[in-house]
Amino acid sequence: METLIIMLIGILVAVATYLILSRNIIRIILGTAVFSHAVHLLILTMGGLKQGNVPLLKEADAPYADALPQALILTAIVISFAVTAFILVLAYRTYQDVGTEDLDELRGAKNE
Amino acid sequence: MFSINLVILIPFIVAALLPFTYRRFKKAHLGWFVLIVPFVLFVILARLIPSVASGKTYVHTYEWIPTLDFNFTTYLDGLSMIFALLITGVGSLVILYSIFYLSSKESLQHFYCYLLLFMGAMLGVVFSDNLMVLYVFWELTSVSSFLLIAFWNHRQASRYGAQKAMLITVSGGIAMLVGFIMLHTMTGSFSIREIIASISEFSEHSLFIPAMILILLGAFTKSAQFPFHIWLPDAMEAPTPVSAYLHSATMVKAGIYLVARFTPVFGADEVWFWVVSIVGMITLFWGSFNAVKQTDLKALLAFSTISQLGLIMSLLGLGSIALQFGYSADSVLYTQATFAALFHLINHSTFKGALFMVVGILDHELGTRDVRRLGGLMTLMPFTFTVALIGSLSMAGLPPFNGFLSKEMFFAATVHIMNVDIFDLSSFGIIFPVVAWIASVFTFVYCMIIIFKAFLGKPQPEKLDKPIHEAPFGMLISPMILAALVIGIFLFPNLLGQYILQPAMSSIYPTFGDSADLTPKISAWHGVNPELLMTIGVIIVGAILFKFLKLWKPIYGLFSSRFTFNALYSNFLASAVSKSNLITNRYMNGLLRHYLLYIFVFFIVTVGGYLFYSKAFAFDISTNAGFRVYEVCLVAIMAVAAVSMLFAKSRMTATLLNGVLGYSIAIFFVIFRAPDLALTQLVVESVTTALFLLAFSHLPDWKKEKLSKRTKGINGIISVAVGLLVVLVGLSVVDFNQFDPISSYFENAYELAGGANIVNAILGDFRGFDTMLEVVVLFIAGLGVYSMIKLRAKKEDENIEDQ
Repeated sequence: METLIIMLIGILVAVATYLILSRNIIRIILGTAVFSHAVHLLILTMGGLKQGNVPLLKEADAPYADALPQALILTAIVISFAVTAFILVLAYRTYQDVGTEDLDELRGAKNE
Repeated sequence: MFSINLVILIPFIVAALLPFTYRRFKKAHLGWFVLIVPFVLFVILARLIPSVASGKTYVHTYEWIPTLDFNFTTYLDGLSMIFALLITGVGSLVILYSIFYLSSKESLQHFYCYLLLFMGAMLGVVFSDNLMVLYVFWELTSVSSFLLIAFWNHRQASRYGAQKAMLITVSGGIAMLVGFIMLHTMTGSFSIREIIASISEFSEHSLFIPAMILILLGAFTKSAQFPFHIWLPDAMEAPTPVSAYLHSATMVKAGIYLVARFTPVFGADEVWFWVVSIVGMITLFWGSFNAVKQTDLKALLAFSTISQLGLIMSLLGLGSIALQFGYSADSVLYTQATFAALFHLINHSTFKGALFMVVGILDHELGTRDVRRLGGLMTLMPFTFTVALIGSLSMAGLPPFNGFLSKEMFFAATVHIMNVDIFDLSSFGIIFPVVAWIASVFTFVYCMIIIFKAFLGKPQPEKLDKPIHEAPFGMLISPMILAALVIGIFLFPNLLGQYILQPAMSSIYPTFGDSADLTPKISAWHGVNPELLMTIGVIIVGAILFKFLKLWKPIYGLFSSRFTFNALYSNFLASAVSKSNLITNRYMNGLLRHYLLYIFVFFIVTVGGYLFYSKAFAFDISTNAGFRVYEVCLVAIMAVAAVSMLFAKSRMTATLLNGVLGYSIAIFFVIFRAPDLALTQLVVESVTTALFLLAFSHLPDWKKEKLSKRTKGINGIISVAVGLLVVLVGLSVVDFNQFDPISSYFENAYELAGGANIVNAILGDFRGFDTMLEVVVLFIAGLGVYSMIKLRAKKEDENIEDQ
């Protein structure tokens, strides 16, 4: 199972990298979103998969699944959500003010 | 209770107080208050002269970082005494002079703050025994010199001169630092006294010569030795009190101090003898030769200072040969060169300080320093003329002034060196007296230029902006005191020799026994001997050359300005700026894609490279958990969804595919026993998708990516490589079990935190602070979102950043 998931993570990372290297800002934002999916899966996989019960003390008996990666991922999900929302609004505002969402056009006239 | 450390700190303390107290000095000139500092320090130090003269030294250590051998150790001996007296003595006179030179309208608090900063740093240089502390003070003098040269920072020339002085002296300083570290590597000590005591064991060490050369680089750049002399003429943009103080009497002599201080360390080496004496000789000649062609009196004095520094430097080089022979009646003869160096050091400070102040008076009262516009000032400015005459004749080496004594001793030293029978000196030694004599002829010529062109001849009031008049009395006090010293030292040289120079000699030659032997009796008349004949020759040839100056001056035109060291410096600086601009613009091209490419390529090269290099890759399928068919299906769905995102024709499709990924992961979270994650992921994924859709209504539709095939290919290769690398690293790491997992600690969640849900307990209790800061991140992101949507610049506020 772990090997399979790591393969999947590899695919997700490759796709995310390709998206991030685009010119279009929406593709870049999607790329970061896919990247965070990949990372969440990676963290969980590193803690070992299916090696215990749900980490709820009253509901299940030991051994429990590793709770630490889960706590980390929970934080990561929320942060990545905040970042996604922030860049989306940034893209929106940029387009409003400058009239383009193409990064090659956004580099400014000084460098031309 | 009292220690020399305090002497160093007092100027710094006053400098720090100055910005808070200067407003109280509305009526009186701030300089009167500042004058107290060097004067008091001078008196304190002068009271110690008798005990230092009797061979006593004062050491005081204030432990700073003892584990690294960095201690604030001060050491007062004969050598540091000379410099400290110069720093505080000339400092007092210069500040007194500046009170009349600078009007209260200038930003005096800055001026005196920098000046005190310099004074403290310079005292630190000469008193520090610890090399690291010495280095810090050394660089501080460069910094304060930079600030003082650029005091009139609205002038472009001032800024240029300040930058030049800074760049050259600081690069030399860094070389010196490396030399100090090498010394520490060899001897294991940062203390100069300890190094002197143990250096004889290390003279064959492979670092010995490199350390010597690097330390000399620091000394040569600071003391404006050829070819680093080019910064000194440009530093003359500073106010004249600064030029008189830093760039003639004290800071430029820090290099001399360093060479004198390190003579016991390196002096017994042949390289030291040749480098120091030859560089000094070249500087002596080149400075005096170039001084003749100057029309600006201050530039003339700058080149003359370079030349005189070269003279002192070469004397120190010549004197070091005595260490070759060890202590004997014969070798004492060669130490006289060092004695002459120290003697001339003091004499130079007196006559050159007076001359700088005279030029400052001309500049201040008449508005020009150009000899072509001056002339005939003798009758109208009698006091100024007298001081200028005394200073110039002393510099030319004529009696009855102190310059005559030290110049004769210099000639004597160059003549003695011909008789030495080592280092091939019996054949090559002749160059020393010859160069010394030629340089002295030029020195004589430029001294005559000061006297005859500026003060004698016909007055030219039509070329001056102001009427010719004598300077106010206050401005004349300091130069007159210095002129009086010029004569006083001529009359009583042995007093100076016995009390000031003799203890310094024993610092430079610690192994030479009784320092009284090293102190020759200075006398103005010692019969007809080579040095007297040389002086007479200088006067005759110099007078002839001065008379026919117009005839031979065209030879200066032979030196093309394109091949000077100044041009080299400017070209180097200009090309350094343009080249680095070129390089930076090549990779910082404003394209985000390129910046990300650098990051990814760096990741691939370092992580991948190390993985390959360390052969850390491991792959073991046996510990894997099993899998069911529906799990494989889910993996397949995600893979397909991810890859299809790349080919999605519309942004809507892409966003929905991203949603597919998110929800699938939520299912995986369920499978992998993480119910909290699954819940959160579901909520967040829904909101994210909604946000995307919301944003789309405000953004234009996707256009087809206009990337070239090549770019796409590169992007594709990089993406696959990154993905592959993550797989390899992931597979190698997943079975890593060298350490026990720390998760079992959190299984006490109920007892420790009162929560049955371990994940919740971690977030809310064990790592509560992390969660709080996470909320802060969310809050900041929210603020950003809000401000970007709601806040806009008003019409009139537009383009704030372009103003």
